[in-house]
Amino acid sequence: MIRLEGLCRDFPVGDQVVHALDHLDLAIEAHEYVSIMGPSGSGKSTLLNMLGLLDSPTAGNYWLDNVSTATMSDDELASVRQEKIGFVFQSFHLVPRMSAFENIELPMVLAGLPPAERRERVMAALGHVSLTSRIEHRPDQLSGGERQRVAIARAIVMRPAILLADEPTGNLDSHAGQEIIDIMEDLNRRGLTLIVVTHDAAIGGRSRRQIRMKDGHIEADTA
Amino acid sequence: MRFVDCNRIAFGAVARYPLRTTMMLLATSIGVGAVLMLTAVGESARGYVSHSFRELGTNLVIVIPGKAETSGAGAGVLSGATARDLTLDDARALLRSHAIKRIAPVVVGSISVSRGGLERETTVLGTTPEFATIRQWKMALGEFLPNVDMDRTSPVCVIGYNIRTELFGNRPSIGKWLRIGDRRCRITGVLEAAGTSIMVDTNEIVIVPVSYAQMLFDVSGLFRIIVEATSRETMDRARRDIVQIIRQRHYGEEDVTVVTQDAVLSTFDGIFNTLTRALAGIASISLIVAGVLIMNVMLVAVSQRTREVGLLKALGATRRQIIALFLTEAAFLAVFGALAGLGFGYLATSGLRRLYPDYIFMPPVWAAVGAFLVAIGCGLFFGIWPARKAAALDPIQALAGRQS
Repeated sequence: MIRLEGLCRDFPVGDQVVHALDHLDLAIEAHEYVSIMGPSGSGKSTLLNMLGLLDSPTAGNYWLDNVSTATMSDDELASVRQEKIGFVFQSFHLVPRMSAFENIELPMVLAGLPPAERRERVMAALGHVSLTSRIEHRPDQLSGGERQRVAIARAIVMRPAILLADEPTGNLDSHAGQEIIDIMEDLNRRGLTLIVVTHDAAIGGRSRRQIRMKDGHIEADTA
Repeated sequence: MRFVDCNRIAFGAVARYPLRTTMMLLATSIGVGAVLMLTAVGESARGYVSHSFRELGTNLVIVIPGKAETSGAGAGVLSGATARDLTLDDARALLRSHAIKRIAPVVVGSISVSRGGLERETTVLGTTPEFATIRQWKMALGEFLPNVDMDRTSPVCVIGYNIRTELFGNRPSIGKWLRIGDRRCRITGVLEAAGTSIMVDTNEIVIVPVSYAQMLFDVSGLFRIIVEATSRETMDRARRDIVQIIRQRHYGEEDVTVVTQDAVLSTFDGIFNTLTRALAGIASISLIVAGVLIMNVMLVAVSQRTREVGLLKALGATRRQIIALFLTEAAFLAVFGALAGLGFGYLATSGLRRLYPDYIFMPPVWAAVGAFLVAIGCGLFFGIWPARKAAALDPIQALAGRQS
């Protein structure tokens, strides 16, 4: 499903060039559960942005479902993100002026789905994240765990193939964090490819496949 | 993204910051309101002038001695300087034309009038009874000048309302003698009090028979001949006839200027229309200022909501969608401001109408529609840059709240 070959991402910092990703090769199959770990600056977030098509490589190739993403325009990348990739962020990134319902609805609004179908899908997604009440509340009226559930519901509402989570429990207490991990693992069991970036070893250790990064390349891969 | 949803999201953002929205509303509404107010003032000035011209009579053609080179008020028109005078015989000859209904020769001068110990300087108008018919003057007391041959220098006069009040107070004036210069006239009537009309203040005037005025001022020519055509359609015919008759009588020389009421009216109409447009243009500057303010506010909005833009991009929003969202938001600010401005402008002009009931303060429709459209156009135009700026943000930087 995902294939990276010789992927590089350089950032100019002053006169120097930092190699955030340094000739990285990686293949991830559909329905896998992968955690990416490593110290800060190891390039794991850059990798996740790359996988999510938010960033483009300096060199190398990225095939998603056997299609090269190198030649895609911004709008084509946007439409691939819309259809195939769901994001879960550490800081939730909910739109503060919108209710939980509206936040979950947002990707479908951008995709131009009709309101009736949107409502149906929001309700289904809420079922997956075990949140059925409080959907008319705004984010600031929700607890951290509830916010992240809303964010996960938003990420899966377009029925993507891949869920990318960047430190999804970083802003949560351990109990709420555990619930979020349970929800995501449940989604993985239902067929969603799950890729989690974390530096919490307890969370990283739960996945079937663990990738350890250092200085922009893969140090260890349990696959 | 559906049109309805785009509007809903943008409206949500507008409603989210009520203070900001109110300020923008105020800025745009002042601009639109100013356009409405100023054009209303311009229009009412135009209305006032054209109304005054219509009050002078209908289907009028004015014959002025001397040939003016321009159609407006040239040097010759003002000074009346001419080689050959217009005479009473010229005036009478004009009646040969079938297009002419009636004529009124006019002689004007300034002279002192007195009665008993009271004396004042005033305008004396020499004319014939037709003049009162043309101008639709009404009498407060007595009668207008006698309907006799215009060559007769009967010592009679009609006085304006203020003259009567000043010289006679509450005492009867009809039949009394009035001293005009070094002569005496018997007063036959008093004009009804009227508002100031352009050219002459009828309240401050003394009217005598035309030949009497010529004698009084020792002139042989006329100041003007006022001609009333039989209808609006025959005005042009009357004009040609006048030129032809005068030329015949003046040995082939065309030494008069003939001005139709319509021509004067349309000249003034043109001047005032230009004035109103200029006022609208000046007021429109405030709409541009409002547009710049919208740009400012939208730039702030983009930087406040950088993370939101990053999120939208991660969720698959295209550049066009982000531009559409921010432009719609700018358009909302402009539309609400423009609507408020229309309300404010109409309210203010109706207030002016109450204060000055003599004038018709009414913003013209083109100004209202124009100001509305220009306001929205400005909002959109100045919204483009911030919207493009938002759309151009790098998603990763934007999600981290950085605008680089």
